[in-house]
Amino acid sequence: MTVLKLARASLWNRRTTAVLVVCSIALSVALLLGVERVRTEARQSFANTLSGVDLIVGARSGPINLLLYSVFRMGDPTANVSWASYETLREHPRVAWAVPLSLGDSHRGFPVLGTTAEYFEHYRYRQGEPLALASGRIFDDVFDAVLGAEVARKLGYREGQRIVLAHGTGAISLTHHDDKPFRVVGILAPTGTPVDNTVHISLAGMEALHIDWRGGAPLPGYRVGAEQARDMNLTPSSVTAVMLGLTSRRAVFQMQREINTRRDEALQAILPGLTLQQLWDMMRVGEQALLAVSALVAVVALTVMLTALLTGLNERRREMALLRALGARPWQIFALVLGESLVLSLAGALLGVLLLQALAWGASGWLGGQLGMTLQLWPPTWREAALLAGLIGGGVLAGLWPAWRAYRNALVDGMTIRM
Amino acid sequence: MTAPAALHMADVRYRWHRRAPWAINLPVLTLAAGEHVFLAGPSGSGKSTLLALIAGIAAPQAGQITVLGERLTSLSGARRDCFRAEHLGIIFQQFNLLPYLSVLDNVLLPCRFSRRRRQQAIERDGSPEAQATRLLGRLGLAADDVLRRPVTALSVGQQQRVAAARALMGAPGLVIADEPTSALDADRRAEFVTLLVQECQAASAALLFVSHDLSLASRFQRSVSLPDINALSPPAALASSGPHTQGAATEHSTLPGSHGSRP
Repeated sequence: MTVLKLARASLWNRRTTAVLVVCSIALSVALLLGVERVRTEARQSFANTLSGVDLIVGARSGPINLLLYSVFRMGDPTANVSWASYETLREHPRVAWAVPLSLGDSHRGFPVLGTTAEYFEHYRYRQGEPLALASGRIFDDVFDAVLGAEVARKLGYREGQRIVLAHGTGAISLTHHDDKPFRVVGILAPTGTPVDNTVHISLAGMEALHIDWRGGAPLPGYRVGAEQARDMNLTPSSVTAVMLGLTSRRAVFQMQREINTRRDEALQAILPGLTLQQLWDMMRVGEQALLAVSALVAVVALTVMLTALLTGLNERRREMALLRALGARPWQIFALVLGESLVLSLAGALLGVLLLQALAWGASGWLGGQLGMTLQLWPPTWREAALLAGLIGGGVLAGLWPAWRAYRNALVDGMTIRM
Repeated sequence: MTAPAALHMADVRYRWHRRAPWAINLPVLTLAAGEHVFLAGPSGSGKSTLLALIAGIAAPQAGQITVLGERLTSLSGARRDCFRAEHLGIIFQQFNLLPYLSVLDNVLLPCRFSRRRRQQAIERDGSPEAQATRLLGRLGLAADDVLRRPVTALSVGQQQRVAAARALMGAPGLVIADEPTSALDADRRAEFVTLLVQECQAASAALLFVSHDLSLASRFQRSVSLPDINALSPPAALASSGPHTQGAATEHSTLPGSHGSRP
């Protein structure tokens, strides 16, 4: 008890150094846990981009390519899925629902997705959360559009806004569908998924845009006005991909094989969760490197502590000799220094967790809105607890060295106060 | 004599490591209970080593050390540490005080390490704080502002007096002073020694006062020269002169202030 009080007074006497050491440990802990948490959250939110969809069907290319263009609107499909195939899939006894996806147009850089109203019903993200409307309604008319949260926010659109879609997916497009403007009827709540960046229109609307087009270009001398288009057959001849929900999840592999081996059209089906995982694994190296760097920062912080303790030891040699003369045992001197490293590591870890929590709290709105992440730090995961324990353990381990030196000094110095 | 001798050393030999020559080779050294002895020895004559042995911080390779009736040489290291806390008061040459404690807390330290000394302070003065204040007062540090001042703001002379008060807390049987006056001005030395002797007398504590300043010796009941009693074996290469003069010669050649306890 006595020695503890003295240790506290002694540490307080060296508080500037101690505070700096604690801060450096705290920063490294915040970085280490932050990286770990963002890494897990990013993977989680990535894996949560799409759920409740059993299969995605597209033209035969590669699973990751299909996932990229159908879900993330990145890259281009090699071919389409014919309307006949879509209808066959929809009528298949194992299929509960089939939502067609039609891509290829954009609005000021944001991709346009042509789909059916069922999309809003069946698309799920996170743990099966459905899409929700922040305002308005889903599309009903041919020229209605529903905006993702981010589209509306970035472009400052509200309901009733008239927008002109552009052909192609580049940010700057030379061909605009300015003859058939759309009207914003609804805006979705933020999800943290690519849905936020998408302009949703009906499949019929998508078809109407291109009704006077052939082979990727407007037919010269042939114009169909918006009102005229309404009365025409707006069933498309093909779609980009189809999302399927099966009657039973157990049939998913069987269904996948069945689609992959179809002879009438070269199609492939992927399990979105599995392919998302594959895609994430490709980024694992970067993820690991990030973690390694933050672990190194933690090592640096512990080295700072070690330096401070070892330097302090020289100044404290007379303090130790005095304590010895007063009756302190050599192991008490050892415990004094080791205990100090424990206190510094613990304080650093605690402050680091608080710091990260404060940061997460301060940035929660932004993270939720931008990335769809929730940085909930309490309770910590096993991995985080292990990282914290590892850091504190490392701190104590580092403290063994100065503690042992102090112990040696206590034995060797005797009552001499060496300067 | 009813009380046991404050210190009795017989045939004590000590060296720092196995190849080193003996740093201490002491046939006999005795302090009666309450006796005040001046131990003269130039720097490097093994004073610090001798004090470490008496305090039980180091253990001799041969011989017996008995302090206040307790045979130190048959105690474990931990027991010796405990004994030191309970029965010894120690004053260093300088830097006696913990800079992060107040004057009062510095003086109270022995009572924190030893229940016995705390108890004795309470019996004598009612509380450890009262005894600390009394001792400080007798040593001329009564003013309240001195007690509250950070110890680093005290003069060296004041610091040494605080150290003396601390050494006397809780009635130790033996006070060891390791050149406590060497950092003081000449006119302050005599004053400090007078106070220290007087207070040891009042506390009926034996005092072993080590110094190389022979002018102080007259204030003690007895004076002992360490080179005279410490039979150091001469290094083989320099065996031509006698052991005592040899010891003195090597000690004088060491730089003043350096502790030549490790040859």
